[in-house]
Amino acid sequence: MGLSTAGGTTRTSPAGIDTLRVGLVCPYSWDVPGGVQQHIGDLAETLIAMGHEVSVLAPVGDTDHEPPPYLVPAGRPVPVPYNGSVARIGFGPRSASRVRRWIAEGRFDVLHIHEPAAPSVSLLSCWAADGPIVATFHTSNPRSRAMTAGSTALRSALEKINARVAVSEAARRTLVEHLGGDAVLIPNGVSVRRFAHAEPLPGWPGEGGSIGFLGRLDEPRKGLGVLLEAFSRLARGRPGLRLLVAGPGRADLSGVPDDLRERVVLLGRLDEADKVRAYHSADVFCAPNLGGESFGIVLTEAMSAGAAIVASDIPAFGAVLDGGRAGELFRAGDPDHLADRAAALLDDPRRRDRLSRAARDAVRAYDWESVAADIAHVYETVLGRERSGGVRTGGGRWASALLRRGERP
Amino acid sequence: MAVVAGALLVLVLLGFYLSWRATRLDRLHHRVETAWAALDAALLRRAAAVLDLAASGGPDPASARTLAEVAGRASRAGEGERELVESALSVALRDALDGRPVEGVGEDTRARREEVLRAARGVHLARVFHNDAVSDTRRARRSRLVRLLRLAGTAALPDYFEMDDRAPHPSPGRSGTTSR
Repeated sequence: MGLSTAGGTTRTSPAGIDTLRVGLVCPYSWDVPGGVQQHIGDLAETLIAMGHEVSVLAPVGDTDHEPPPYLVPAGRPVPVPYNGSVARIGFGPRSASRVRRWIAEGRFDVLHIHEPAAPSVSLLSCWAADGPIVATFHTSNPRSRAMTAGSTALRSALEKINARVAVSEAARRTLVEHLGGDAVLIPNGVSVRRFAHAEPLPGWPGEGGSIGFLGRLDEPRKGLGVLLEAFSRLARGRPGLRLLVAGPGRADLSGVPDDLRERVVLLGRLDEADKVRAYHSADVFCAPNLGGESFGIVLTEAMSAGAAIVASDIPAFGAVLDGGRAGELFRAGDPDHLADRAAALLDDPRRRDRLSRAARDAVRAYDWESVAADIAHVYETVLGRERSGGVRTGGGRWASALLRRGERP
Repeated sequence: MAVVAGALLVLVLLGFYLSWRATRLDRLHHRVETAWAALDAALLRRAAAVLDLAASGGPDPASARTLAEVAGRASRAGEGERELVESALSVALRDALDGRPVEGVGEDTRARREEVLRAARGVHLARVFHNDAVSDTRRARRSRLVRLLRLAGTAALPDYFEMDDRAPHPSPGRSGTTSR
């Protein structure tokens, strides 16, 4: 299993902090890429680096590639329509018995369940566990059916949670509307290391200067239209200037004059490695969003890559960019203002260097190390000083008695 | 005979159901108690950290005096005035630390200041968890069944802890926490 050290009372790591035994529960299949899985993997690795002992329970479908040492498989997932798409989750008697065994044998100080309302190992462990429970809510779907906690079974599971965490203001709102109560806000971390170094894509940034954009192309609030307008203005006086556009969806280039269209390079959807390279491929990185962003993960990724950024002055971006110190801000929706700001940056490599350094510096607050430290603070708050008991199997005995037929091979 | 057996079965099931409801309620009250203990500890830790910072003379003599005075009141405050005094401490902290650069202070003062910021964040965390537990418990106790059968027993209806817990923000971007 994922944990080897013997349990006991308070242990202290070489770094001097109290070592906690943490059980993380992931509802979705580990071998399928997704935001929640990524979040849990990053969190687990950072907590381990901080000196804690971590075990992750998740359904695993494809066992071909090497699983990380902290992963404990909860059985094969089944595809289920959930939240408007198909989720690969683990449910049923077999999963329930694995969950109980994992909790009993793990002797965790704290159980940290992700998406506790997801009908998977998350909900199962909520039912099965007694003791300090932390839960993180990722969903920000206002009509999430799984979160409509009309059912007593769901409510009885969720009311055992000692500390609720939401990854964004939108997720928090969803949770408060459906369940009442409140949650603390701890944003997704950025793995600064993953974005820090990469080769530019072949042929970029090029001699004549370049501007980069990443995001959905057909969603108006991502603001690509504003950037295209600003680019059309800039490109007239700069014969070599090119625009790098990466992301899924169909772009509407009708606002760009015909003779400039070939300088708008559409790369389509990029895989993870190429995405990192794209952040290193332009002289100036632009985030022209019109609003509706709660955090701006694209911006923090670009900052990790040390990009010189020009972004719209919506509140979320202003906060992340430290009020303009870690990147230029322009009036949201104003292509002229954007063109001015971008031109100033394109003409001044030293200023770009300064912004790049300021961005790398400011993004450290969003690095996984800071975020995981905040989450560890949540654990400490929940555990209190005496730290008695830890997590046991207990509650939901009837539900699991009914399911126990599947226990032990 | 069948009627008696049926009635017995219903009674047994009802008994199980009621005991399950009572267990849930008991667990909720326990959750509020632990959350309150955590909030109490977090508030005391913050007051102690502020007193420590003030005793070392930081951030400047004038704010140090104010901080020491308010933090002293906070650690002595009785139940009725605690929400007000702790809010006053939050305000005093923001007045003293907001926008102050972390650079240019000694290593010692910096460590004390970090501890104050961490403790202030801890107050926010503990308060949200406490009020969340209170809200779940109050909702459960509104249920007609719970009120009719007095399933909550003699446990007092828990109260929210209302205070201003916004943390101070010295030199933005370098605070070392992700609080907003």
